[in-house]
Amino acid sequence: MSKFKKKKDGGLPAISTASLPDIVFMLLFFFMVATVMRQSTLKIQNSLPAADQVEKLAKRNLLMYIYAGKPSSAYKQFGSEARIQLNDKFADVSEIPAFIAAERADKREEEVPFLTTVLSVDKETNMGIISDVKQKLREVNALKINYKTRKGDALQSLNQ
Amino acid sequence: MAKRAAPEVNAGSMADIAFLLLIFFLVTTTIEIDSGLNRKLPPIEETEPPIIKERNIFQLTVNPNNELFLKAAGSEGDLIKLKDLRKAAVAFLDNGGGKGEDACKACKGKRNPESSDNFQKAIISLQNDRGTSYETYIAVQNEIIAAYNVLRNREFELKYPNLGINFVEADNEYNDARTSASRKAQLKDKIEDIKLLIPQKFSEAEPKKSN
Repeated sequence: MSKFKKKKDGGLPAISTASLPDIVFMLLFFFMVATVMRQSTLKIQNSLPAADQVEKLAKRNLLMYIYAGKPSSAYKQFGSEARIQLNDKFADVSEIPAFIAAERADKREEEVPFLTTVLSVDKETNMGIISDVKQKLREVNALKINYKTRKGDALQSLNQ
Repeated sequence: MAKRAAPEVNAGSMADIAFLLLIFFLVTTTIEIDSGLNRKLPPIEETEPPIIKERNIFQLTVNPNNELFLKAAGSEGDLIKLKDLRKAAVAFLDNGGGKGEDACKACKGKRNPESSDNFQKAIISLQNDRGTSYETYIAVQNEIIAAYNVLRNREFELKYPNLGINFVEADNEYNDARTSASRKAQLKDKIEDIKLLIPQKFSEAEPKKSN
């Protein structure tokens, strides 16, 4: 009898978890390196349209972001009309010149001509607000702009 | 007593700590999209715009229902589908209907006298409505840039066949920080040359108010 018991006792040995920290650390380092912290918290919906003739954005420190879109579900009290967001708060079109001036003041003088304004706009926005923004940008002579888009087929998403 | 070995530190909780950090980074970060369509806005000018012959304008209008109308080469504002836009724009830019000093050597189009003279003269104009959706606008912009890129690629490959790359690839390589300085210098003149040959002449009228 005792012989049978002994056989059952020596079942599977415990799996060593000593290398688990190494694996997890590896993942951790990957995410730390590969991701960038968002500069500002978005208060608007921001699903970007797709395009396939995209170019990579140049140096990250020379970009000024202007967001636009409908207020996201947490900010429903601001209505359902598309709005502009500068830095961390909702803004009016008239605040754009001040925003650009502040961004320019932050940079070195020789960098100012290379500043690009990135328009990160939700795809369901109407063009009215975009052209107001563009008009303001022309007034302050911030002429380099970039329409931020996903990489994809522009026509497929429109079903045309 | 004095010779007792130091007890080993238990590393069993290291995995938990690392997991905690990992989850923090997973939650707080998003992989940023860093691509887009580069465009340049026209400066505000006091002077009157120059008079341009109608045959040199490829006039696009987008209405609030996101429908696209094209007025070019003698047509009077026809409805055009977005998927046909790239082809139409290439045909317009590549037409080369100019004669005498306006003649276009590189153009391979139909040489229709009612369409554009040459690459330098051809202008694509886009008019939006305030009610047009941004997605449609981006799609139209994308198609226009694509049309220019088609022609620029063709001319680049014709002029510099031994490079083995097209214009878009050359431009990407030029803008890549990892490209060596000597390679950049080599590419720069060629890119500038093609940009001069086929300039992106794109004008946007201020949008109409829809009532």
